[in-house]
Amino acid sequence: MDFPLLLHVLGAMVLVGVLVLATASLAAAWNTGSGALTRLGFRALLWAGLPAWILTRVGAEWVADKQGLSTDDPPNWVDMGYMVSDPGLLLLIAATVLAGIGARRTARGSGSAVTLDRVATVLLAISVVAYLVVVWAMTTKPS
Amino acid sequence: MTETLLFLHILTAFFLVAAVVIYSAFVLGGPVNRPTRTIAEILWGIGGLGTLVLGIWLALDIEGYEIWDGWILAAIVLWLLATGAGTPVSRGIQPRGDDSAMALPSNVVGAHWVRTAIVVALLVVMIYKPGA
Repeated sequence: MDFPLLLHVLGAMVLVGVLVLATASLAAAWNTGSGALTRLGFRALLWAGLPAWILTRVGAEWVADKQGLSTDDPPNWVDMGYMVSDPGLLLLIAATVLAGIGARRTARGSGSAVTLDRVATVLLAISVVAYLVVVWAMTTKPS
Repeated sequence: MTETLLFLHILTAFFLVAAVVIYSAFVLGGPVNRPTRTIAEILWGIGGLGTLVLGIWLALDIEGYEIWDGWILAAIVLWLLATGAGTPVSRGIQPRGDDSAMALPSNVVGAHWVRTAIVVALLVVMIYKPGA
């Protein structure tokens, strides 16, 4: 069970790290209007955030399978993981698309990305908080 | 009590990895802006202190674990090596005003990837607990 758990935990740690990086970069871009920071946020989400989400989720399914945890009626702490990771993917995709549009807009000089950065920052900040709650649930395993 | 300690220990480990992820972006050519670098430094500081102190506390708290267990000693040694490797990275990567990519000295880049490898090794030791 150790290797699937390693993949799951490593994926989750990188995912949270990427979300923090993208949140900080896009928040700074929102304040300064920097196209380079919008691009950094976008690339971090696309190249590292989405793969890390997949690694986390594949690892989670593998661990659940090895431990024989029911997918029909999972324990509360597993359920919390599903409840956050599924909407978390939607938020991740939405933030990636917004940052991507913003990066493209600033690269072409066809407008400001500040509003897009602002919305993406809020979505990512919500994700970070939600994932940290899941870390609590995964470690304390409330019944 | 043990569950709270474990949560805080793992949370601070998340902080450590988050700091490494942010520094990886800088090393790979991302703009080094002051707020993001400050966040990375804070995460590395809290993560470093938290993982060590809470890890030792957990080793003392949980029956069956001792501070001199091989895997715990290995983790402490890796922690010290990661801290050592992180010092030139923190010094060598400083914010620039124009958000452009910066060319970093090879020793700083090397130290960053060594630190990254050590942090991953720490995670492997924590998950596998060899000899426990």
